Amino acid sequence: MILSSLIRQGGSVHEIAARWFVIVLLAAIVLVPVLHLMVPEGSALHLPTYAVALLGKYICFAILAVALDLVWGYCGILSLGHGAFFALGGYAMGMYLMRQIGTRGVYANPILPDFMVFLNYKELPWFWHGFHSFPFAFFMILFVPGLLALVFGWLAFRSRVTGVYLSIITQALTYALLLAFFRNDMGLGGNNGLTDFKDILGFTVQAPGTRAVLCMLSLATLLGSFLFAQRLVNSTFGKVLIAIRDTESRTRFLGYRVENYKLTAFVVSAMMAGLAGALYVPQVGIINPSEFAPANSIEAVIWVAVGGRGTLVGAAVGAVVVNFLKTWFTTGLLAPYWLFALGALFIFVTLALPKGIIGALLERFGEKSSGLKGASMPVAPVSKAAE
Amino acid sequence: MKLRTMGKWAGLSIAALVLMFMLMPFAASRADAAGLIDTAIEKFLADSFTDTDAAVADVVASGAQQSAAILDALAERRLLFSATGKSVSYTDAAGKVFDARSGLPIPAVPADAQIVRVNNRLRGTIAAAIGTLTLLSPDPVKRLSAADSVFKSRDAASLPALEAAMAAEKLPNVKRAFAAARASVLLASPDADRAQQVAAVGTLAERGDQDAMALLRGVASSAIAPEVKQAAELAMSAVERKLRITNVVQNVYYGLSLGSVLLLAAIGLAITFGVMGVINMAHGEMVMLGAYTTFEVQELFRAYAPGWFGWSLPVAIPLAFLVAALVGIVIERGIIRFLYGRPLETLLATWGVSLILQQAVRTIFGSSNREVGAPSYMSGAFEIYGLAITYGRMWIIVFTLILFLGLLAMLKLTPLGLQMRAVTQNRRMAGSMGIRTNWIDAMTFALGSGIAGIAGVALSQIDNVSPNLGQSYIIDSFMVVVFGGVGNLWGTLVSAFTLGIANKLLEPYAGAVLGKIFILVALILFVQKRPRGLFALKGRAVEA
Repeated sequence: MILSSLIRQGGSVHEIAARWFVIVLLAAIVLVPVLHLMVPEGSALHLPTYAVALLGKYICFAILAVALDLVWGYCGILSLGHGAFFALGGYAMGMYLMRQIGTRGVYANPILPDFMVFLNYKELPWFWHGFHSFPFAFFMILFVPGLLALVFGWLAFRSRVTGVYLSIITQALTYALLLAFFRNDMGLGGNNGLTDFKDILGFTVQAPGTRAVLCMLSLATLLGSFLFAQRLVNSTFGKVLIAIRDTESRTRFLGYRVENYKLTAFVVSAMMAGLAGALYVPQVGIINPSEFAPANSIEAVIWVAVGGRGTLVGAAVGAVVVNFLKTWFTTGLLAPYWLFALGALFIFVTLALPKGIIGALLERFGEKSSGLKGASMPVAPVSKAAE
Repeated sequence: MKLRTMGKWAGLSIAALVLMFMLMPFAASRADAAGLIDTAIEKFLADSFTDTDAAVADVVASGAQQSAAILDALAERRLLFSATGKSVSYTDAAGKVFDARSGLPIPAVPADAQIVRVNNRLRGTIAAAIGTLTLLSPDPVKRLSAADSVFKSRDAASLPALEAAMAAEKLPNVKRAFAAARASVLLASPDADRAQQVAAVGTLAERGDQDAMALLRGVASSAIAPEVKQAAELAMSAVERKLRITNVVQNVYYGLSLGSVLLLAAIGLAITFGVMGVINMAHGEMVMLGAYTTFEVQELFRAYAPGWFGWSLPVAIPLAFLVAALVGIVIERGIIRFLYGRPLETLLATWGVSLILQQAVRTIFGSSNREVGAPSYMSGAFEIYGLAITYGRMWIIVFTLILFLGLLAMLKLTPLGLQMRAVTQNRRMAGSMGIRTNWIDAMTFALGSGIAGIAGVALSQIDNVSPNLGQSYIIDSFMVVVFGGVGNLWGTLVSAFTLGIANKLLEPYAGAVLGKIFILVALILFVQKRPRGLFALKGRAVEA
């Protein structure tokens, strides 16, 4: 029934693209565990473990990209610090996973994680309490990035810090967090971060079944985030966001409380990023301060730009495509040329494809089908007000 | 150093030695010197420990130029005597042979030469004698270090020699060092005169550094005489106050130094970002290119003109400017000019450029750090009022200020500067007046990039030259420009030094990393309060 409603014809190119995106995601949710667990290993259709791990990683990045597209593509907030929210969510998950290790650590301390024993901690720091329980950890995964975004956004949007200035201070934010998390005194594993995870909700992290489920969960979360973001941008609220992106001052003069709209979008986006980070950590098995590196956040921006900002589908596709390219480049003979390729991609996309791959495709087909140039396109040229 | 290693038992012998030495006229005449050396040679020829001991005293007293060399040779068993030739000779560390009597080189050691034997007792005497000789060395730096080692060893036996050296000393700073050393010795000897000790406390208070403080603390806790104790306590609080001030001043100096580095990194950005409004994320890589240009220039100097190495930096400065400016023009003409008015896209495209430049440098030069040498005028340090100042940092501060003023003058006084300002303020109007705005854009960007290249020359002296060099400065540079206020060079200056000094003053309390985090957070909050920086432009230019 859902399927039939999905494949019905008609609607704008955007709706069609979104529909196909949902179909692909649903198919992947079903196919990944089947191909990985049920198809025997020798078969050509078998999905090997590393592929599941990679796919899971890409999907987490795609969630981050959707989150970023929500604020950048629809609200004009170019955050160069979204990696910070991602990493914070990851740390919250990492803390839960650390507490699950229990006595299986090298020092076999039932309460303190290994690195704390090593650093001569006598008792658990106050902010580690409660992380043994998954519901609490899950709450924190959403709460910590959300709170940071709320405080930071409230300060920034209220005083009308916009455009480039906002980008630079978000970068400073993630840089400050990077420095902070490198400190051993922070009580979060310092340089080495959190690793050596054993269990998640009683299942072994490394087990093929757990991996398949985590990958499925990531796909489902991507689907959920996408549908949620889609609804959000298509609602009245979303129209106001687009209005803010295009001419902030005019929207303000029309009587909208611009800062409240921006703040809501920013907090929602940060929570989504935190969720992505939390799914990422058990799949890669480590979280360390380098996730806060400003370069990571900028890379996330390029996923969105490559796919097409302001399209949501494009952001997710961009994340997967760029990361697939990255894996392809960095694992072969071409490894030294990855940065050349990435750099060239940045330049090429901004110069030649300002709307990204998906954005450009949508525009083309949009013209063909309706004849009206970009009639249904939420992608508008970035006006000078964005400065 | 040598004084410090000398054993207690050598004290008596050095005291005797010094006594002898003091009986001699201080500036021994040539004849006296020759005579004493002759007697010393006679005694060395006997090769008995007692005679050698006496000979050492004679050598010191002779004041002959080769004295130190003879004693060194004796201690290291390089002093040889020839019984048949009645001569004593020594070899230096390189193996060249000298005659002990004249101090002149001779072709070879006599055939029957034997080593003048030394025992442990003698070694002590020799070490002490060398120490005394150093106190009288014609080189003030050696005298200072000798005084310093007495200050630390606090050996009562060196007192007579010290006092003699002090009486003869002409240089005020060396004299002060001698006085402090004497005070330290006096305070350490239990039988010294009380009044002298109180005076010694005063001398130490004058010296007023960490060492003096430690010494005074010891005196205050162990002195028997109440008046000495009291004087020491008073002196301690005075020194403490002085030290605290010195500390703050030292930190401010470090802050100025850090500020100048920040200013260097940010000043080019103040042009491209501040004046043109272009977010150049590849700015750090321009700095890196400048640093690598310095490396290449130095390699050429090392290969073809090692004697002229000191000139490598002056030569590197214009070359670094050219290299970075050319790359800047290519970036501007090739990419940025298509993106004017779209700052966020510019940010992304230039980030791509920065990745490519980093990887290009990594491919050509490798990813490890490259060794950039410091010419003689950039190394070393001096001390002034207890402040340690390194030449490298000092020249960088001076250089930064010159660069800043030069840039300011360029913008204010030259036709190009005038056109640049005109284009910034009102592009269309400037164009209508016949200014080639495209060309000015390229020139402005080249100027900003070139300045970054010059900054790279200076930064290569204090930082690791690696492909990541630029990355470590880019965030700081943006912070400096945003804090100072966009489009305002003076703002950039004030902001760089404020951030530098604030950082260094916070460091002792919060540690380096936490201090930096505080600064970043403070900046984030500051931008909320004043989104346009400390010195915001006012008027129509803001809206343009």
